[in-house]
Amino acid sequence: MLLHQLFEQSVQRAPDKVALVADGRRHTYAELDAQATALAAVLQQRGLQRGDRVATFLDNGVEAVVSIYAALKCGAVFMPINPLTKQDKLAYMLNDARTSVLIAHAPLQSEFEGALAQNQSLHACLVVGSDDGLPPSDARCLPYSSSAGTASFEVPATIDQDLAGLIYTSGSTGDPKGVMLTHLNMVSAARSISSYLAMQPDDTVICVLPLAFDYGLYQVLMSFLVGATLVLERSFSFPVKVLETMAREKVTIFPGVPTVFSLLMNLKTLRDHPLPALRKITNTAAALSEEHIRQLRSIFPQTQLYSMYGLTECKRVTYLPPEQLDIRPTSVGRGMPNEEVWLVDAAGQRLPNGSTGELVIRGSNVMRGYWEKPAQTAERLKPGPIPGELILHSGDIFRTDDEGWLYFVARKDDIIKSRGEKVSPREVENVLYGMPGVLEAAVVGVPDPVLGEAVKAFVTLKAGVTLTEREVIKYCLSKLESFMAPKYVAFVAELPKTDTGKIKKTGLA
Amino acid sequence: MSDIKSQVRTYIVDNFIMGSTGSQFKDGDSFMEKHIIDSTGFLELVTYLEETYNFVVADEEMVPENLDSLNAIDAYVSRKKAA
Repeated sequence: MLLHQLFEQSVQRAPDKVALVADGRRHTYAELDAQATALAAVLQQRGLQRGDRVATFLDNGVEAVVSIYAALKCGAVFMPINPLTKQDKLAYMLNDARTSVLIAHAPLQSEFEGALAQNQSLHACLVVGSDDGLPPSDARCLPYSSSAGTASFEVPATIDQDLAGLIYTSGSTGDPKGVMLTHLNMVSAARSISSYLAMQPDDTVICVLPLAFDYGLYQVLMSFLVGATLVLERSFSFPVKVLETMAREKVTIFPGVPTVFSLLMNLKTLRDHPLPALRKITNTAAALSEEHIRQLRSIFPQTQLYSMYGLTECKRVTYLPPEQLDIRPTSVGRGMPNEEVWLVDAAGQRLPNGSTGELVIRGSNVMRGYWEKPAQTAERLKPGPIPGELILHSGDIFRTDDEGWLYFVARKDDIIKSRGEKVSPREVENVLYGMPGVLEAAVVGVPDPVLGEAVKAFVTLKAGVTLTEREVIKYCLSKLESFMAPKYVAFVAELPKTDTGKIKKTGLA
Repeated sequence: MSDIKSQVRTYIVDNFIMGSTGSQFKDGDSFMEKHIIDSTGFLELVTYLEETYNFVVADEEMVPENLDSLNAIDAYVSRKKAA
């Protein structure tokens, strides 16, 4: 089974059912499918072939959804890029993946134009919302709306071992890595998650997470797998608006990350929005505090709350069945259906219940590796119990209780989780070292009630230079996604060093 | 330009996302669409408005019609100050 075939089956079953509500418009399954096929035909006509990469640089909206399925129909690999990405990193990803087609939103022109200037692999850039004038600077740009052509479409010979998605994730080395996911990987993950959530065709799912974030993306994949309705919001910037939409659309499933729930509970009038249709709240990316769990359950007593843990490299690892929440509120649960997880010691030996060690994952959802990074792939994918198979070493340390329920302990690397997004301290430090006047920099995460962790930079300056905290933050904002920029900057006379002269971060906070 | 607009513009330029292009944005530009302010940024903007203009932003007033451009903020703050 191919990833887009899960969608096409739902199209067959209920063509006239509303699949997507976005920007106040309703789209049936048949309409979305027709749009995706029309775009696929145009992409094929422009030379897109099986295995080629199609990047999307889009805010949440119907085009982001249609583009994913159009790429898949062509046998191409979709590559969702966070619209907060700045031009140099965008160029890095487009070049690294040798992307053939970019589909981008016109308001992001300043970033993608700069990236286009640094790229030769793209042969087309479809611009969404460019009706009031297309950026003339690059001949490869053409309006997305012109894709409503009548070109004929040829179904490629895709199999489930082919790549479906390439999702870039921050790594401790500083360079983002492309996580290669096959059709089999994504179909398996979508099926397992939607089955333990018991998603049904009569569900209405709200998605406030960006589709470039994998749990946002899976709201599309899973809603369309079960034939449900997806309500796609641009963001969670205006929570009251989202709550009104949820009430109007009778939303039954509300997926989020801790920052979304923090913004929600920040509302003084939250109890005026009872949401009687809501049945399930799911949380991922980082743990909800026990206080937030208590509040959510008191405000939405009719809902089941799912605590979950995952990583892009295999999508989902564990979930805690809601009935376990009172018994073990801080556990992230156990492996999901059709997946095996266990803990290993430093030598890779399996550990019994009641131990602490690195979590490893075995299942059809485990990635194929990092795009053209064999050494980093080998650190994460290691031989498993059956000859030829590879299991994923998560890099995260967990402990198990006597019954095998899992509790997060720490990461093995120094990645920061802010707003549910991964932040590589190295990537931020690289930007800081590029700032005129900065001599040395060290970046750490510090606890933050809304963000989970906030990014904090310790900086030493070159002699005679003065900089303000604001200047440093603004410089970072011009180079990095907003969630990666430091919230705090501390200027210090010197940074602690090891005997070999390496900056030592222990104790910095 | 009104005082409110220029004050809030300065605050936004000093505190928010300017991308690679610098601080040019028009009074009518949507902060959300142009990625000038993100979801947690709007929360900071609300706190700034409350502290600077000395009124309370009610939950139901935290909507794009009041907050998503300089023009919208100008109209909203003027209305609140007159109330």
